Amino acid sequence: MGLATRIIPCLDVNAGRVVKGVNFVGLRDAGDPVEIAKRYDDQGADELTFLDITASSDGRDTIVPVVEAVAEQVFIPLTVGGGVRSIADIRRLLNAGADKVSINTAAVQNPALVEEAAGRFGSQCIVVAIDARRIAGSDPLRWEVFTHGGRKATGFDAVEWGKRMQAAGAGEILLTSMDRDGTKQGFDVELTRAFSQALDIPVIASGGVGDLQDLVDGVKQGRADAVLAASIFHYGEFTVGEAKAYMRAQGIETRQADG
Amino acid sequence: MHIAVVDYGMGNLRSVAKAVEHVAPDRKVVVTDDPVKVASAERVVFPGQGAMPDCMRELDARGLRPAVIEAARSKPFLGICIGLQMLFERSEEGDTPGLGLLPGRVRRFPAERMVGADGAKLKVPHMGWNEVRQTRAHPLWAGIPQNTRFYFVHSYFVDPVDPALIAGETSYPAPFTSAVAGSRLFAVQFHPEKSHHAGLKLLSNFIAWDGRNPAAAPTPQAALTGTP
Repeated sequence: MGLATRIIPCLDVNAGRVVKGVNFVGLRDAGDPVEIAKRYDDQGADELTFLDITASSDGRDTIVPVVEAVAEQVFIPLTVGGGVRSIADIRRLLNAGADKVSINTAAVQNPALVEEAAGRFGSQCIVVAIDARRIAGSDPLRWEVFTHGGRKATGFDAVEWGKRMQAAGAGEILLTSMDRDGTKQGFDVELTRAFSQALDIPVIASGGVGDLQDLVDGVKQGRADAVLAASIFHYGEFTVGEAKAYMRAQGIETRQADG
Repeated sequence: MHIAVVDYGMGNLRSVAKAVEHVAPDRKVVVTDDPVKVASAERVVFPGQGAMPDCMRELDARGLRPAVIEAARSKPFLGICIGLQMLFERSEEGDTPGLGLLPGRVRRFPAERMVGADGAKLKVPHMGWNEVRQTRAHPLWAGIPQNTRFYFVHSYFVDPVDPALIAGETSYPAPFTSAVAGSRLFAVQFHPEKSHHAGLKLLSNFIAWDGRNPAAAPTPQAALTGTP
């Protein structure tokens, strides 16, 4: 027995409420963040991730009280991302009770931020989030990095960008397939595997989970170190415990909910 | 009397303080960089994040070294993560001298040996929930089953010279020391403050601990004298 594969429910938070969209648009309300966080904690979630997708700049700080309230009651690692642009943003989230902060657009705009943040707070709390889209007709397969919630192309090769972020001090990579996010067609396992093979740091697969077999495929085919999912858990289709039982039955080591 | 969480400016101690407050609601928990408050505490939590060279530098910049060493020798003391590593003589991370309270070194997971049973690459940092084998009985393990998973995130591990110090082991893929017990101190590589029920249980055991190590040799101070 060794390290367990982590299951990480993701809570997209808009102005203090959990929501879920399809392909980054069309938001539906999914509930109160603290209630949902406690439920996942009880079910045996290994970590929780909050992505603040609040669009308006005046709603920017609505995530802080959410993190504070969750951190009072939930004693598993909490990652917070969305709109993180500066060392001050990172400090504010860590002080609110986040254990890790995920950086996405700002890492592309200012790669030195990742290096500075890792130097100041430690790699263990710096996650770099990468939104990647398949480059049509690429052979071998290649992916391009997108920013601004998937709206803006960067021209960067995703795997190369991942290596660069590892060198800059990222502690892990949260890898989202833009092609799959919200589609329920499963992870882009070729994308996940390309990252996991190229990098030495953990890779969290994200985007596209529709059923429990998708989680298994992300680990077995994609070689993900952790799997992240939102909607299959939010709408009560499956509990985290059911997901773990399914994965265990397929030979994947997971942490039992009571230990 | 209060419980001191030693703050030397490296990272966020809110999680540690919140978890200790959660298991000890009737006690005063003080996050402090004041050596006097460390010295006057009934018990001390010594956490750590980031890189060991920075941790040692910041500890000394605040004049905390003597108070931490004294606390580790004289009162119930819990080291966490880098707070475990700093107790040893030297770390491969930046070839940094530690506090030298415990004989042994801090080593990095060797890249060439990070291969799992199925041939897959094992990532560094070692991040996530792994099992801890309790290699001996100790009051801090009370009520925690063998091979319970705790949350780890680290790239270096401690390698004690004296096997009698080892209280827990974890495999990644080779066994490494994930908990040590000295005469007054207990220190863990994992993060009890992030390890759900099992972590809170360990913290609760620490709060109740009288600081005695039942398995210690007749001369328990021997383990704490360090070596040059």
